[in-house]
Amino acid sequence: MNKIVEKEHFSEKIVKIVVEAPLIAKSRKPGNFVILRVGEKGERIPLTIAGANVERGTIDLVVQKMGVSSTKLCDLEVGEYITDLVGPLGKPTEIHNLGTILCCGGGVGNAPLLPIVEAYKKAGNKVITILAARNKNLIILEDEMRKHSDELIVMTDDGSYGKKGLITEGMEEVIKREKIDECVTIGPAIMMKFCSLLTKKYEIPTVASLNSIMVDGTGMCGACRVTVGGKTKFTCVDGPEFDAHQIDFDEMMSRLGGYKQEEVDKFDQFQK
Amino acid sequence: MERSEEYIKNERKQDWRVALQKKIKAKDRMSIERALMAETAPEVRIKSQRIEVNTGLTKEQALTEASRCMDCVNPTCMEGCPVSINIPKFIKYIESDDILKAASVLKETSALPAVCGRVCPQELQCEQKCFYVTKLNQPAVAIGFLERFAADFERESGHVSTPEMATENGIKVAVIGSGPSGLSFAGDMAKLGYDVTVFEALHEIGGVLKYGIPEFRLPNAVVDVEIESLRRMGVKFITNYIVGQTASIDDLKADGYKAFYVGSGAGLPRFMNIPGENVNGILSSNEYLTRVNLMGADSEESDTPVLRGKNVVVVGGGNTAMDSVRTAKRLGADRAMIVYRRSEAEMPARAEEVHHAKQEGIEFLTLTNPIEYIADEKGRVCQMKVQKMELGEPDASGRRRPVPVEGSEYILDCEVVVVAVGVSPNPLIPNSVEGLDVSKWGTIEVVKDKMQSSIPEMFAGGDIVRGGATVILAMGDGRKAAKNMDIYLTEKYLSN
Repeated sequence: MNKIVEKEHFSEKIVKIVVEAPLIAKSRKPGNFVILRVGEKGERIPLTIAGANVERGTIDLVVQKMGVSSTKLCDLEVGEYITDLVGPLGKPTEIHNLGTILCCGGGVGNAPLLPIVEAYKKAGNKVITILAARNKNLIILEDEMRKHSDELIVMTDDGSYGKKGLITEGMEEVIKREKIDECVTIGPAIMMKFCSLLTKKYEIPTVASLNSIMVDGTGMCGACRVTVGGKTKFTCVDGPEFDAHQIDFDEMMSRLGGYKQEEVDKFDQFQK
Repeated sequence: MERSEEYIKNERKQDWRVALQKKIKAKDRMSIERALMAETAPEVRIKSQRIEVNTGLTKEQALTEASRCMDCVNPTCMEGCPVSINIPKFIKYIESDDILKAASVLKETSALPAVCGRVCPQELQCEQKCFYVTKLNQPAVAIGFLERFAADFERESGHVSTPEMATENGIKVAVIGSGPSGLSFAGDMAKLGYDVTVFEALHEIGGVLKYGIPEFRLPNAVVDVEIESLRRMGVKFITNYIVGQTASIDDLKADGYKAFYVGSGAGLPRFMNIPGENVNGILSSNEYLTRVNLMGADSEESDTPVLRGKNVVVVGGGNTAMDSVRTAKRLGADRAMIVYRRSEAEMPARAEEVHHAKQEGIEFLTLTNPIEYIADEKGRVCQMKVQKMELGEPDASGRRRPVPVEGSEYILDCEVVVVAVGVSPNPLIPNSVEGLDVSKWGTIEVVKDKMQSSIPEMFAGGDIVRGGATVILAMGDGRKAAKNMDIYLTEKYLSN
């Protein structure tokens, strides 16, 4: 179980791994995530599922090297095993035929966005996808996204690929051009915050998928709490997707740094 | 297995028991003082999360303590045991220096004797019903200490026995959750001949025994030995598997499982919903204890971080609050404090835990309630505003209701706050099974004496039914459910 059967470097720091998990491959839905652990002293970390192959019994995960745990995961080679892998967790994305959907992905957020784009398209929607990153090298899964989108727009901060500008600029252009029935945004918290502010202005229902800190992923620890519409919710069991206009993004961003110092210390120790 | 009252009475008349009864005069038995449990010195034990506080009775102490037991004609102590351990029988085996036999008596009805000997509130159960307490107004026979002694002795002897097993019947049953309730159920069903598989969501078996109760109270190694015993009895364990998510109940039925026992526990931590509660540095006791106990975050080698601080406040007065605050002390807090809204008399924690906490220098701020948290410029908690309380009229729980004292607010410095004010049932199973009756609190509704849910082949027990109780009550539910599921399955599949 949990053997890595394929590995692909999207960039120096971003890796896609395909891992054996036949039951999860079968039961996962767009929006679901897994919790995994590398090594007997490893930390439990959540990762959204980027795709699955039921026949092969595998799921796809996209990881960005950030700290100790993500680095350990990225360093695993084909043939090696992930110590523990559990899922699928979280509520799946609610997919309906609504008309035109604007899907906005930033950085590694494209990975969890891919199955959602796929599902919206399959449900009969017109899907316009915008992918954004700092530069060309950080745009991932472009071909796969293109395959399932009616239109694909790429934005880079430095203009090294696609259009130059922030994701919100690309979004506003589309919104002004045609009627958008729903927006989905997955990426860095700050990006989701500004996507959400923009769509709020245009009154477009928007869903954001959050990547909170978690331990168990089953509702037990409460590390992933987030304020949505003034109420405390748990990202793991109430989410990971919420009505973006109701999310307290500032609190959410602060909570992502809840263990910052401890994580930096662990990483320094790890690099020694 | 369950023995009738008559069977227990007749056992008492066996020659060896009668000989023991005659060996020491009742008066002499009653004049012996109750054994004292040896403890690691507080200044030593607070240096590590992994040093056990209670160190166990010596054999000499145990034999003497066992001779205090009067081997009563009517052993009322047994009425106080949720898993109906044959208490006088195991104690008399200790008195006759046959400790391994004593351990095998424990295992007849308890899947986790070394655990129960450590964490059961015996003072409210068996020991409260002991003849010494009810009739003599003297300290009870130390049943809990003796239970622990017998279980530890067996484990350390290397001669771990397997209980008597019925012939395998080939019927597959699934257990959802590997906490005390599930393990107790699994043990009984395996003994009855069923093919038992336990599914666990986490990567370790043991549930709250592993993620919740700290090593200084219950070493993980002790839990593992009890799990190993169940394995030898044929119980299978599958970790990293969430029934209802990884696969559905219907998938398991298609795999041949005929019945289910849900012991998924009280998963969701409660918070107080006061201003500032979501700032960094404020966490649930579940998170705090899981990081340390399950993930080993107290050790430098662990990849899992844990928050440390000079001033750590734990909000609550139960056993989990005590476990959390004592963990904080061991992680290096200068001031590890309990903030509890009622007085010490109303604290739900065991007296022993409160006593140990005080020995370790834990501060108790009782009749005090947090009303707001204040964060520094980095968004990390640095202070809390608390309010003094006084006790008013008794509320629904029978305890006097705490009432705020106007104008009594003051500020307390704190860099870490652990909220231990209770838990709600885990919603994963109730949400994923159609047709399952669930109360408005999210607990699974069962027929009380049978533990059977609205779905006939699904039984449930422990905190998912009770909403938050003790290890031993969860185990008792597991036994009850096993007995009744056996009746249900026998009727359905085994009687021609």
